[in-house]
Amino acid sequence: MSEQLEQQASALAARFGDTLLRVESRCGELTFELPSQSLVTTCRALRDEPEWRYEQLIDLTGVDYLDYGRVEWNTQSATSGGFSRGVSRANDARLHTEERRFAVVYHLLSVGHNRRLRLRCWCEPGEPPLLDSVVEVWKAADWYEREAFDLFGILFRGHPDLRRILTDYGFVGHPFRKDFPLIGNVEVRYDAEKGRVVYEPVAIEPRTLVPRVIREDNRYEAALKDPARKDAGHG
Amino acid sequence: MAEIRSYTMNFGPQHPAAHGVLRLVLEMDGEVVQKADPHIGLLHRATEKLAESKPFNQSIGYMDRLDYVSMMCNEHAYVMAIEKLLGVQVPERAQYIRVMFDEITRILNHLMWLGAHGLDIGAMTMFLYCFREREDLMDCYEAVSGTRMHATYYRPGGVYRDLPDSMPKYQPSRFRSQKDIDRLNEKRSGSLLDFIDDFTARFPACVDEYETLLTDNRIWKQRTVNIGVVSPERALNLGFTGPMLRGSGLAWDLRKKQAYEVYDRLDFDIPVGTNGDCYDRYLVRVEEMRQSNRIIKQCVDWLRSNPGPVMMGDHKVVPPAREEMKGDMESLIHHFKLFTEGYCVPDGEAYAAVEAPKGEFGIYLVSDGANKPYRLKCRAPGFPHLAALEEMVSGHMLADVVAVIGTADIVFGEIDR
Repeated sequence: MSEQLEQQASALAARFGDTLLRVESRCGELTFELPSQSLVTTCRALRDEPEWRYEQLIDLTGVDYLDYGRVEWNTQSATSGGFSRGVSRANDARLHTEERRFAVVYHLLSVGHNRRLRLRCWCEPGEPPLLDSVVEVWKAADWYEREAFDLFGILFRGHPDLRRILTDYGFVGHPFRKDFPLIGNVEVRYDAEKGRVVYEPVAIEPRTLVPRVIREDNRYEAALKDPARKDAGHG
Repeated sequence: MAEIRSYTMNFGPQHPAAHGVLRLVLEMDGEVVQKADPHIGLLHRATEKLAESKPFNQSIGYMDRLDYVSMMCNEHAYVMAIEKLLGVQVPERAQYIRVMFDEITRILNHLMWLGAHGLDIGAMTMFLYCFREREDLMDCYEAVSGTRMHATYYRPGGVYRDLPDSMPKYQPSRFRSQKDIDRLNEKRSGSLLDFIDDFTARFPACVDEYETLLTDNRIWKQRTVNIGVVSPERALNLGFTGPMLRGSGLAWDLRKKQAYEVYDRLDFDIPVGTNGDCYDRYLVRVEEMRQSNRIIKQCVDWLRSNPGPVMMGDHKVVPPAREEMKGDMESLIHHFKLFTEGYCVPDGEAYAAVEAPKGEFGIYLVSDGANKPYRLKCRAPGFPHLAALEEMVSGHMLADVVAVIGTADIVFGEIDR
């Protein structure tokens, strides 16, 4: 399995050269990053060239890397205010610079060769984040890109019909961004006097039931996982 | 007076044939559909965003509520993604149990689909027939997890508990005579495996019954043959998976091609259509029910003769048994840590896909090493199927829209997420 993967990776590297940048994976999956300007040409080549034949775009999704690796609760000092008040709300410090905030991840499948491939493309920086559309390559991208636009506010250049898809008519904001609160900004209720549904600012407080923590876990250290190196360490 | 032929029509969201909350804006020329614009999102609950705010195990229950007619398959993809990132191996018995329940789920889903699809295009009886068998399978869910639908039975590392030795039974009630209750409880006197075994013995005859009602039925054929035809090339480009792809003639099934759990040790066939129309997809799904029945039978036989653990023993991920916890300090600590903080999943990303009844259900999981997912994306099979609705219905009559929605097996829980 992994040998096949390596073969495929080196073949892809030979064909696309510096365009595709390999990202290491522990799970036996093939991931490449590619620059936004070569996205559409690379995708078309991956679909059409008989060697690859990625006929199917299985999934396309946006990812917001704003809070990546950030924890909500550091246990270095005890809190006197209790559990949920010890949580620091995200986004007061930014780990990721603006250029590397939004990415779009493509999952490709080749039915002919029975192979999968994951591509990640960082959006062009700025607000809104921009990326070329791959609708021309895979029709399936149509709704997926609308979804990424709706939830993350990523604009796809060349998309024929970039409307919101999952959120309410007239929704403001992009809810899956990490700086969008989980409880939202507005709530709706029926106003009997006005005889219609009205929007109001949310009445509830955000709360964290389980804080986000990252534990140093040496079980996942590469040196310990690899039996050969483990033996060497002990001996 | 000028004759206006083209008009816009609203279909749903409160329409019995819209399978939930689909709102379709149809541009009609007489009774012929020119354009169809599905408006989705009326059932959007932001499952993926909610999952980002919870420890991994607390989101398993959300997965049931995605595609709420194939509950355990969704759980399966989710726990597989976590297991992939954790790099853990599930005990063999748990794998067989998962496969068995995946197939029970497939039959559940296809029965629901067949009943509803039949009802949509005029075969009223189907609904009653299908729900008769569905009830038995729901009881299997109940026996193993305590709930009939939202099971939360699969856990990272195995399944929640081993198969029970007894089935839940009908209780005396003033609405049923004792004779009725005895008849209903007759098959429930043994263990769950006995019950499932008995089900697999009588289910093929039930499928024959459905086929007698539909397969050569003139009206059924008139409503489905040559409706919503999709060529194999187009199906691939549109992102079709599952029966929608196989109906177009491509023998693609993750259970065979990228076998997970123990599917590579089981004997079953992949039915394939030829024309890619609604009728072929119907035939494919009916045959899939028979094949699922075969798989269940093989799993039952294996499970009878191979007892063993159903959950792995690593208490960094899996909570220890309750009685252990009472006497052992370390178990108590593990238990406390797992239920307050959860476990941390090493950083990285994984995509795990299962062949759900509707097609490829995948979970893309990004972890930054925390006790909650950084990003979770559910790849719902119904999403690209519904996206292709316009292409499938343009040029067809209004009544065929219902047939095409039915054949795509649309469930809004997974599309809107």
